[in-house]
Amino acid sequence: MRNITEVKKNTLSNALNISISQQTLGQSNFSLSLDIQIPNSGVTALFGPSGSGKTTLLRCIAGLDKHLQSNISLNGEVWQSDSISLPSHRRPIGYVFQEANLFPHLTAGENLDFAIKRADKTQAVISYSDVVSLMEIEPLLSQYPTQLSGGERQRIAIARALLIQPKLLLMDEPLAALDETLKQEILPYLEQLCHSANIPIIYVSHSLDEVIRLADHMIVLDKGSVIEEGETQALLGKLSTSFARHQDASVVVSGIVVKQENEWGLSWLEIGNQTIGFKQGKETLGDTLRLRIQSKDVSLSLSEQEGSSILNRLQVIIDDMEQDPKDPGMMMVRLLADKTPILAKITTLSAHKLKLSKGQKVIAQIKSVALLR
Amino acid sequence: MQLSPEDIDAIWLTLKLASLVTLLLLFVSTPIAWWLARTQSWLKGPINAIVAMPLVLPPTVLGFYLLIFLGPQGPIGKLFDELGFSPLPFSFSGLVVASMLYSLPFVVQPIQNAFSAMGNSPLEAAATLRSSPLDRFLYVAIPLAKPGYISATVLGFAHTVGEFGVVLMMGGNIPNETRVISVQIYDHVEALEYDQAHSLSLLMVAFAFIVLAFLYSVQRRQKNQSVTGSLL
Repeated sequence: MRNITEVKKNTLSNALNISISQQTLGQSNFSLSLDIQIPNSGVTALFGPSGSGKTTLLRCIAGLDKHLQSNISLNGEVWQSDSISLPSHRRPIGYVFQEANLFPHLTAGENLDFAIKRADKTQAVISYSDVVSLMEIEPLLSQYPTQLSGGERQRIAIARALLIQPKLLLMDEPLAALDETLKQEILPYLEQLCHSANIPIIYVSHSLDEVIRLADHMIVLDKGSVIEEGETQALLGKLSTSFARHQDASVVVSGIVVKQENEWGLSWLEIGNQTIGFKQGKETLGDTLRLRIQSKDVSLSLSEQEGSSILNRLQVIIDDMEQDPKDPGMMMVRLLADKTPILAKITTLSAHKLKLSKGQKVIAQIKSVALLR
Repeated sequence: MQLSPEDIDAIWLTLKLASLVTLLLLFVSTPIAWWLARTQSWLKGPINAIVAMPLVLPPTVLGFYLLIFLGPQGPIGKLFDELGFSPLPFSFSGLVVASMLYSLPFVVQPIQNAFSAMGNSPLEAAATLRSSPLDRFLYVAIPLAKPGYISATVLGFAHTVGEFGVVLMMGGNIPNETRVISVQIYDHVEALEYDQAHSLSLLMVAFAFIVLAFLYSVQRRQKNQSVTGSLL
């Protein structure tokens, strides 16, 4: 936790700088106090439980909430300070709301036209045809919002936010209002967008799954303050963070595709001097990919086991281990495969029986991996 | 059906009055409705009450006070006199002013309900799409309030056509100036010209039915939105 009156960071000229001083909102006990820099590229997730202040923070960035004493600037351009308060419609942002929030009196296509007419002509982030093909919305354009499914509406809303040609895209839990099936339908579009966008994206979510799949950087909020921030990959591999205690605790490993076995439907990713096999997708040799490994899918053994169906067996060193404070029967073990951290969730009994200790060389058996992007 | 030239004059005068009053009211009511729908101020309650008062007051009370205030001895009447305008009572202009007050709630409330029903979300979405406050009012709020405007227009017009008490108090009974249909019917009945009274009364019944039937059919098409709001 930081106190912004004592720590005065250098404001980076090529980032979104936000500082908000301790402010109590309304009658609630909720307060927001933070000082953060959001990098000017990639996807930054604002992650935290509901009520942690992430949506309020996003609305402050957009200028939709102004009652906070805050300083906000993008690339040196001041949006909010003691003397300046740029209204929302003058901020070069795109905003995707939790509910798609399309104009009900306009068709999907007219909703897009609304943005096109008011877009910043000097700044061309993305072309109309690119947006339409990226979101695959061509067949939907003549429909009214009430005729579309929740997922389709959200795709139109994302397209509309892009067509305003923003310098910064803000997304407020765009999947939260959708059921699981629709989420899985939209996630590939978001992954595609996050992968190809040449503008920074701030993505608010309380879903670890979405954050792992989409975010390059993370800012973790709790009760209105920042509790952790950093690169997604580095944060996920730490034991001390809240992620390690999350039921879906995972790490993300990235590497290059070095081998493909079409007859078995497998591709192999190089991690240090070892490889991890995964179910073949559309990747080709030489692609850089990210894989998600859930800690509950990793088990440990002292020696190479013959006769196991588990394909991925990595030689690792135990870097650290910690008993789950909420469930003393379980332990989280941080492993290093060369320099790549992997988390394994095992029972405390097993750790005791195997006499696991820091620095020990063991074999990590990985039951399954999931391909990210 | 027997319509005398005087009856035709009364019909034309009524249509002229109702059209002008409705048109003016749409302009006057829009800012009032917008403010009432969006303000957090404590004044909202009192202003709402003032706007709604013609709904419950006897038209004679309204007409009486208008006569006092707008008459040659009243504060506004004196001002008019000093500025060189002709006095408002017993004139068409006076009737327009009185009718606007009388029909105000019938125009303000449907528009206000429509503005309230749309909530903040579409306007916030527009704000993040580089739409200025005026731009979002014209291209988001007004189009979304269209059902409210339709019922406000119809109700305002119909209610002005149907007024009697205020007209009698404020306008009197001057041919081509203040003698509207309802007054003409009254005259016919007083003179025991029941045939003529029948013709005009039947016209009014048909008019009222057509107007309300139209409103309710619009309302059915706009399923979740009540166009008549809290009025009917």
